[in-house]
Amino acid sequence: MAFRSAVITFPGSNCDRDMAVALEKVSGSPCARVWHGDSQLPEGLDFIALPGGFSYGDYLRCGAIASRSPIMQAVIAAADKGVPVLGVCNGFQVLTESGLLPGALLRNSVIRFVCRDVALKVENANSLFTSGYAAGQVISIPVAHHDGNYFADAETLDRLEGEGQVAFRYAEEVNGSVRGIAGVLNARGNVLGMMPHPERAIEATHGGTDGRALFESAIKGLIGA
Amino acid sequence: MKVRVHVSLKPGVLDPQGRAIHHSLEGLGFSGVNDVRAGRLFELDVEENVSDEALDEMCQKLLANMVIENYRIEKVAA
Repeated sequence: MAFRSAVITFPGSNCDRDMAVALEKVSGSPCARVWHGDSQLPEGLDFIALPGGFSYGDYLRCGAIASRSPIMQAVIAAADKGVPVLGVCNGFQVLTESGLLPGALLRNSVIRFVCRDVALKVENANSLFTSGYAAGQVISIPVAHHDGNYFADAETLDRLEGEGQVAFRYAEEVNGSVRGIAGVLNARGNVLGMMPHPERAIEATHGGTDGRALFESAIKGLIGA
Repeated sequence: MKVRVHVSLKPGVLDPQGRAIHHSLEGLGFSGVNDVRAGRLFELDVEENVSDEALDEMCQKLLANMVIENYRIEKVAA
């Protein structure tokens, strides 16, 4: 059965091809590429991905302008209907700026751009995106960001933790994120935002394959293949 | 009409940039600086008939991220 996915490209996105390749390699189906200025998504999508990069040059705030672009109105409407949406790195920033996920991503507490493999702990292994992992499993996924310092107020954080909406936590200090949060789910569980790049860890030549299970989980959960 | 919108981080939100600027001031030998918080200033030139409500909406929808930032609107005499 075909897996119908789409990757959104904003001006300044630079991981859109990596994301499309990951989706195509793991699913065996072609991935549609959608431009930010489009106002409609392809019909009947199973999965939407917002890639990493520096949309609109990170002007104003990371992800701020992209989150107000025409295509994001269609992505928000699709997410509200239950279509799964994955946002990685800048895609995560777009999701928080659009209000699809709570919180915000601030400048790294270390100020520097952080670009390396990091240890991540899987906190919730019951979601569409994480069922291929075991709860508590520690995986290695690359990060590459300057503004990955997750912030939300204490009340929101307590709710996220209580409802199992923290998908991944850093197993080491990376960027100053509050409570070490690296990836967040929405309440319904169909939207995941994360700073680490699972699409950069799906083949042995990438130096690791720990990201592959995320795509496998989603594809299996959606089309049962 | 000239309007200035001042956007600043809410109290309690960590400001690594402000901290780095603070360190740099100390490195230059300036003493007595207790804290630095970095913010943004937008200067808007808008028509006279743009309402206060519209200005507020601009701030809340785009210029500030209300999760982490506060804003203050200042109308400047032409």
